[in-house]
Parts: sequence; structure tokens; C-alpha cells
Amino acid sequence: MADGLERAYRDEWPAVVGTLARRLGDLQAAEDAAAEAFATAARVWARDGMPPNPGGWLMTTAWRKALDQVRGNRSVAVDQVPEPGEEVPAGTMARTIAGTIGGDDQLGLVFACCHPALALEVRVALTLRYVAGLTTTQIAAAFVVPEATLAQRLVRAKRKIRESGIRFQVPAADALAARLDGVRAVIYLVFNEGYAASGGDELIRTDLCEEAIWLGRLLHRLLPQDTETAGLLALMLLHHSRAAVRQGPDDHVVLLADQDRAGWDPALIAEGTAILDAAVLRLQPGPYQVEAAIAALHAAADSFEATDWAQIAALYGTLARLAPSPVVEVNRAVAAGMADGPRAGLAILEPVLASGALTGYAPLHAAHADLLERAGLADEAAAAWARAERATGNATLQRELGRRRSGTTDRSEKNLRRDVDPGGGPA
Amino acid sequence: MKYALLIYAAQGTSPLSGAEAREAWIAFAQAARDAGVLLGAERLAQTDTATSVRLRGGQRLLTDGPFLETKEHLLGLFLIDVPDLDAALDWAARMPHAVHGTAEVRAIADDPAIRALIG
Repeated sequence: MADGLERAYRDEWPAVVGTLARRLGDLQAAEDAAAEAFATAARVWARDGMPPNPGGWLMTTAWRKALDQVRGNRSVAVDQVPEPGEEVPAGTMARTIAGTIGGDDQLGLVFACCHPALALEVRVALTLRYVAGLTTTQIAAAFVVPEATLAQRLVRAKRKIRESGIRFQVPAADALAARLDGVRAVIYLVFNEGYAASGGDELIRTDLCEEAIWLGRLLHRLLPQDTETAGLLALMLLHHSRAAVRQGPDDHVVLLADQDRAGWDPALIAEGTAILDAAVLRLQPGPYQVEAAIAALHAAADSFEATDWAQIAALYGTLARLAPSPVVEVNRAVAAGMADGPRAGLAILEPVLASGALTGYAPLHAAHADLLERAGLADEAAAAWARAERATGNATLQRELGRRRSGTTDRSEKNLRRDVDPGGGPA
Repeated sequence: MKYALLIYAAQGTSPLSGAEAREAWIAFAQAARDAGVLLGAERLAQTDTATSVRLRGGQRLLTDGPFLETKEHLLGLFLIDVPDLDAALDWAARMPHAVHGTAEVRAIADDPAIRALIG
């Protein structure tokens, strides 16, 4: 019963909120009505059992609550819930009430929450709260901000959406591609925040990764033709497949080279690879698909050494053309260093280091240190390890890098292993 | 919905000559009018001609200059009526000064009582 309610919450929350928001033009009113409907469900379902069509029940109830609010009629004592035996239309409320496709309401909600007129951290908070259905307590904890601050941010955002005329709708065709990019960026940001937390002690905030994947699945289901959305979902699944062995028992990060590949989740790898393969057939390449292809090559390799590094270096070259960034160059350098030796990697890294663009980016210094070390330049390597350690704000990573740095001097075989994580995590 | 498109820029930073800028603004206003969204437009006199007024304890206090001494000033505004923020942002992005200054988009919080007074 509690399970059923939780599942219904998961499945129906974005549809209920999205439909109400679109019909009412007001996220606050939609949230209030949806919250009331779910609270009522907890009570009524415990008494009468789950209705045969929980989604329809919730939609109908939420809509009645919303109408009640609009009419200002708060004196109704009886629960505005469907009568036992009352015909509750199947499917989402969108079909029930608006007669439109439910997916449009959910997409409209996603696009409103990810509207570029809202600050990025506001988009993330709105999306997690109203699309993924997390509580403000959960979101505040995940992003290490006081709950009051987060709640205030959401209140202001809802007011801005209402008063500035942000609509709960799919953008016009000419703006759709750019807006969709923005939506994917929000989802990927949530995933990255979970994957390599930039602050705090817990290395992998699995919850955030799973929320991001849930959001990715939703977007992919709503837009099955969109290859980059498929690429993003595949990428997240493939990275997340390593979650169980990415963190060691003493809490330190286990790098790709040292991970026990038997601990990778074969179901996630299979799902991610299948989604990617289907997307690639549509011949509309993009950065997420390329990154997913790199992750898939790692997933397919029996060992770190047996990885197809030449292919990975080539894919990073493709990525550098599609979405040029110094971070991509760092990854390309690492892959080339594996395929063609450390000097090849150092040659690619040279201009990145010279530009000073990534001075505070720990993976740059870790990659540099590793290549220097393998090229036999121990002193330079030790200095680069120290820079890497200073640059990361993640306590767990910091401990690990400190360990590697102190290990550099004894030059044991173990420390000649690569210490960066080429393709081992989101760029 | 009605929106104010507020024109902010530092004086003398336009890459256009005075005549070119004027032409560009007229073209923008014409496009907005042709699209049926233009409600009004005003260009303000130079910022350094502004006078700021405050009443404190019954005393009228005047300041010779604008409310805020900033690098970018409010130089003028357009009023438009479009369906939503996306459309307003599209018009803002077409404003000639957007390449060197800032277009601030603010929805009009419609007050029926004031609207009734102005007609």
C-alpha cells in the first residue's frame, strides 16, 4: 500500500503538476492541489485500498482540489475524492480533463522549469522539485544549501514564472533545439553533481545520479526521436553502471584503472548501449552520443589495458570538433597518452596548460602528473600531483590524490598505474 | 501580456554613428508596429540632465543627477504587448543596443484602477 502510493507519486507527480500548472498557469497553485491530492490518497487508500487506476484518481482529485481553491470554496468538509465505484478515466489527467496528450503537459512543465530566463541553480531546483518530485529538504541536502534558502529560491521562481509570463508549453519549433539543449544541460548537471560532488564528503551522491537518470528516462520517453536526449540517457546509464565499485571500502575513490569490472552493472551497460545504438542509427550525431560512445567502449573492455584507446582518442577528437572545450582536450590527451605513449599525451596537454584556462581544474593536473610520471619526469609529476590536490574541493578525491602524490616518490609499480580517470567520469 | 523593454547602455558605447543608431531604432519600432505589438516608445533625455527628488520629513530633497550613478543608464523604453516572455525576449534581442548594452525585460503588473485612469 505504502509502496503503491510511492510508486504512484513517482509516476504521476510530474503529470499531475504539469497538467495543473498548464491549466492554471500557476505552479504554486498546481503544487498545492497536487500535494493535497497525494495527502488525501495516503489517507483514503489506506482505508479503502488502492483504486484500480491510481493516476486517474490522483488527477481527478487534484483537479477538484484546484477548482475548489480557484472558487475560494474552502468550507467543503467532505473529501473531494472520487466516489467508490465512480468511473475514473484511465491515464493521466491531461487525457482526463484537458483532452490533450499527457506528454505535452509534462514537457511543458520541464521546459518551464528549465527556462533560460531563470538562473541555472533555480532551474535545477525547480526541475528536481516539480518534475522529479523531490522535497525541498532533499534538494537542500543534496546541494548543501540551507532549506530556507532553497525554499525562498523556489517561491521567487514560481512568482517569476507566473508574473513574467513563462508558459508551461513546448517552445516554438525555431527555439526548440536550443531550449532542449538547456533541458539536457540541467539533467546532466544534476547527474554530475551526484557523480562527483564538488563539495561535501560523500563522493557519489547516488540519489542525485538516480534522479538525473529518472529525468533522462522521462525526457527520452517524451521525445523518443531526439538522438541527443537518447545519448544523454545512455551516457548516464553507462557511467552509473560503475557506481558500485567506484568508491572503495575506506571511502576513497577507485579510479577506472583499478575498478573491479565484475562489479559493473551489466543491466545498466546493456540498456545504455542499446539506447545509444538505436540513437546512432538515426545519423544525427551530437556531443552526448559521442561521450556515450566513449563510455560504451570502456564498458566493453575486459581490462583498462585492453581498452580501445585509439578509438577513444579519435572520439575525443570528434567531440572536440562538435563541442570544443579545454576539458575535452584533457581527456583526449589522456586517451592519446594510453594509445601512443605519454609524450603524445603531453603534446596535446601543452597548449591547454599554456592557455591557463583550467588552472583550477584538478583533473588537468592529475592527467598532467600521470603523463609526466610515465614519461619518467618524477619531480615535475610530484609538483603536478600537488596542484591537483589543491584544486579539488572534494575531500575524498583530495585524500586519494594526496595518497598518489606521496606514492610518486617511491615509484612502486602500483604508482606507475594511471591515476587519472580517462573517460571514467563526466567531463 | 504587456512588457516594458528597458534600454540600458553606457553613453557613447554604440558602435553605430548617431544617424545609423537612429535609423536602426526606427526600423525596430517599425517592425514592432508592423507586427502589431507596439504600445509605445520613448527615448529619455541625457542622463546628466536628470533631477532626482525625495521627500524626507516633509522636506523636498533634490539631487542633480540620476537615481543611480552607474556606468549603464536607462536611456529609454518600449512598451509591447505579446503572448508570453519568450516573445518579449525575442523582441528584446532585436533591439539595436543589445549588442553593446542591455535590454531589461519586465512584465507590466497590470493594475485595473490605474489603467482606468489613463484610459
